[in-house]
Amino acid sequence: MVVREKFEEELNQLQTKLMELGNFAAAALTKALEALETGNVELALKIIEDDALANIQEEEINDLAILLIAKQSPVAVDLRRIIVAIKIANDIERIADFAENIAKSAIRIGKEPLVKPIEHIRQMYNLTTRMLAMSLEAFGEEDLSKAKQIAELDDQVDDLYGQTIVDLLQLNATNPHQSPQITQLLFICRYLERAADHTTNIAENVFYLVKGKRYDLNN
Amino acid sequence: MSVLAKNKGFQVVTSMEEAKNPMSSKKIVYDTKDLNLWYGEDHALKNINLSIYENEVTAIIGPSGCGKSTYIKTLNRMVELIPVVRISGEIMYRERNILDHSFKVEDLRTRVGMVFQKPNPFPKSIYENVAYGPKIHGIRDKKTLDEIVEKSLKGAAIWDEVKDRLNENAYGLSGGQQQRLCIARALAIEPDVILMDEPTSALDPISTLKVEELVQELKKDFSIIIVTHNMQQAARISDKTAFFLSGEVVEFGKTDQIFSTPFDKRTEDYITGRFG
Repeated sequence: MVVREKFEEELNQLQTKLMELGNFAAAALTKALEALETGNVELALKIIEDDALANIQEEEINDLAILLIAKQSPVAVDLRRIIVAIKIANDIERIADFAENIAKSAIRIGKEPLVKPIEHIRQMYNLTTRMLAMSLEAFGEEDLSKAKQIAELDDQVDDLYGQTIVDLLQLNATNPHQSPQITQLLFICRYLERAADHTTNIAENVFYLVKGKRYDLNN
Repeated sequence: MSVLAKNKGFQVVTSMEEAKNPMSSKKIVYDTKDLNLWYGEDHALKNINLSIYENEVTAIIGPSGCGKSTYIKTLNRMVELIPVVRISGEIMYRERNILDHSFKVEDLRTRVGMVFQKPNPFPKSIYENVAYGPKIHGIRDKKTLDEIVEKSLKGAAIWDEVKDRLNENAYGLSGGQQQRLCIARALAIEPDVILMDEPTSALDPISTLKVEELVQELKKDFSIIIVTHNMQQAARISDKTAFFLSGEVVEFGKTDQIFSTPFDKRTEDYITGRFG
């Protein structure tokens, strides 16, 4: 006999909302990079405007989680699933904030040509969005091998970040008149690196969900 | 994180409690060894091995018919009242086997008090309910009895509610008060252990919380074993939890661990309400 059917249904609903928030944040990052690469200020403004939706979605997830705790008295893995959902929602919301920050930088750069091709930034973006998708899959499927891969990909993001920072600082030394744009690009690198770290947090929470123990994937 | 951090391992972060690794200095009150019990052909308890420590609350949980009430009733040998019962194994109480015929059941019951599911006060005054046990143990002095009654009622957190009507019939008390009176009655014989068989299942939520708080107080002086269907109650008030299923102990350990990361899938399924 299947018991607690309604509870199962509400847990699934929580997961679905989390996936929706994840997709929203991934789309926001994609649009932010496009706005940067194409100098599309309107698109960047739209990203900033839409960020409020991510906040609303996060609040909805938190409200549902609080109701589930109050009504269902969850324990063990059920309780971890709900707590982890709250934490992951917060991580994803922060990633959406970084997309908004990139959009703001894109507006500051505007339509002026980029000082150099930004292939490293694009690579960081590719890795970060891949990590975000993987972390959500890892959560949905409780797949620890995927969660572990995220930590490895984060190393690549960190390497790219270190390399790009050095390149941009060198460029800044030789092109001081381009400082405002280079500063914005440095910020964007930092936003992507931080966004990737938040996907690592999600992966850590997947470990906690499955194992009930805390793992530090950052060290 | 730092870009310089390269070697990512997967280190388990241990809790402070684990890191300190304290060795328990508490004494064992009951040590059950290879206990088997049959009701006729029905094998109701199967190879039970459990160590119950003093000044702790040990909760016994499990679905109906799992053997938890049978187990608690073996601890004061109440189960012997059922004629078809056969028992093998040992139950060491303070290092003496209570199943040994040389162990007098009267001696055991002065050391082990019991509180039942439904409050069962005697049809006597509040005072007489509490004084009854000490009286049959030969205490006649009024002053001594007065002191025992007051101490026991205070110990059961009901003194303030009844001190002005000690001579009224106990049946006039509410269900929650009657249950605390029964706890006071158990305390009056100064037991070592208190067995509780679903002591709050007939009580309203506020009375339930009062009894739960009382249990927390009582464990300072007594060892408590409580059978409960209310898993949140077990999680709230006990130090250790034993999960019984089909006459076996599936898992026994610290309550914090059982309710957060149980080792056995069956325990997890039961406490999360997936079966039972």
